[in-house]
Amino acid sequence: MRLISKGKMESMGSMEKLRFVLDGVKSGNIVVLEGGLTSEEQMKLIELTMIEVSEDFPGIEISGYPSKRGFFNTRRKTRLTVIGPANTIKTIEKSKDLISTLISSN
Amino acid sequence: MITRKRLKGVFSRLLMSLLLKKQSVKIGIYGPPNAGKTTLANRIVHTFVDEDEDVGTSTEVPHETRRVIRREGVNIDLTANLLQNPVSNPKTKRSKAKLKLDVIDTPGLATKIDFRDFMAYGLEEEEAKRRAKEATEGVIEAIKWLDDIDGVLLLMDSTEDPYTQTNVVIIGNMEARGMPIIIAANKVDLPDSTPQRIKTAFPQHRVVPISALKGDNIDQLFEAMAKAFR
Ligand SMILES: Nc1nc2c(ncn2[C@@H]2O[C@H](COP(=O)(O)OP(=O)(O)OP(=O)(O)O)[C@@H](O)[C@H]2O)c(=O)[nH]1
Ligand SMILES: [Mg+2]
Repeated sequence: MRLISKGKMESMGSMEKLRFVLDGVKSGNIVVLEGGLTSEEQMKLIELTMIEVSEDFPGIEISGYPSKRGFFNTRRKTRLTVIGPANTIKTIEKSKDLISTLISSN
Repeated sequence: MITRKRLKGVFSRLLMSLLLKKQSVKIGIYGPPNAGKTTLANRIVHTFVDEDEDVGTSTEVPHETRRVIRREGVNIDLTANLLQNPVSNPKTKRSKAKLKLDVIDTPGLATKIDFRDFMAYGLEEEEAKRRAKEATEGVIEAIKWLDDIDGVLLLMDSTEDPYTQTNVVIIGNMEARGMPIIIAANKVDLPDSTPQRIKTAFPQHRVVPISALKGDNIDQLFEAMAKAFR
């Protein structure tokens, strides 16, 4: 599992961030991003993933833990995004403050 | 030599067509694979255009639609006699709801596509691999189309967990673009459907429970579309 701090996230450009995530996931890691990805970035990530889907890499599982919607910001910020390889992650269970990942034992 | 009279005629016809021609709004039907997007696109066209015209093929195999299909110029007219599902609600008849739209049926969005899943539906390996490749291209095409549409009809299967990241991401993108969105909770004809779960998951949006296959509540969806996408 790779935990990426907010500081590291902010030091990267949008594309660099997505490339970094996808490379991590493709080499078998579960990547946890502090601060998370925006909806637009996640959509871009799905697009990038689809370009790279192959027989050995069927894609990703992605899960977001949104922060509470503020009074003035309508744009929902994600607090945490968890991304993993689809072939090893069965489910990324959702719960408010706890992430439990079930990794299949193969 | 062109007479002045003829010129005037051409001019006035041009003016009339400019005034009368209402632009179609482009409405994308989005959602996960197998939600019933093509079934709904077909029903819209059957209801308002031609009972025998299909937009696309619907099957129980996911990623059936792998290319975006646009059916242009569908006039939703709730005042006219509908070919199917005569409007049951008398209020609808009075509300002069009209909407001209391009129906855009999109490939189901997914974060993973495994050719082995298609083999479980009896496809040969080669065919399954080809389908998987086309399906990945279809997802990319569907995402690209988000830039060219005016509104989204997000379809979900009410027998499934609605709180998936793809659903959240589509909604997040539409909200960021300030684009109108209607959620249709499909397959309410099935006994284990729970459209309420979808309403609870996305309380900030209009959720219309429907059956694209059987036609349940479909007039309510058309009404909501005429209002939201005008
Ligand atoms: N019971 C029931 N089945 C439905 C309904 N709508 C669609 N289906 C069935 O669900 C399956 C998938 O329908 P499609 O219309 O192909 O779904 P789609 O969203 O276009 O799927 P893709 O193109 O693969 O993304 C088919 O077997 C349909 O008959 C509904 O309202 N009720
Ligand atoms: Mg389809």
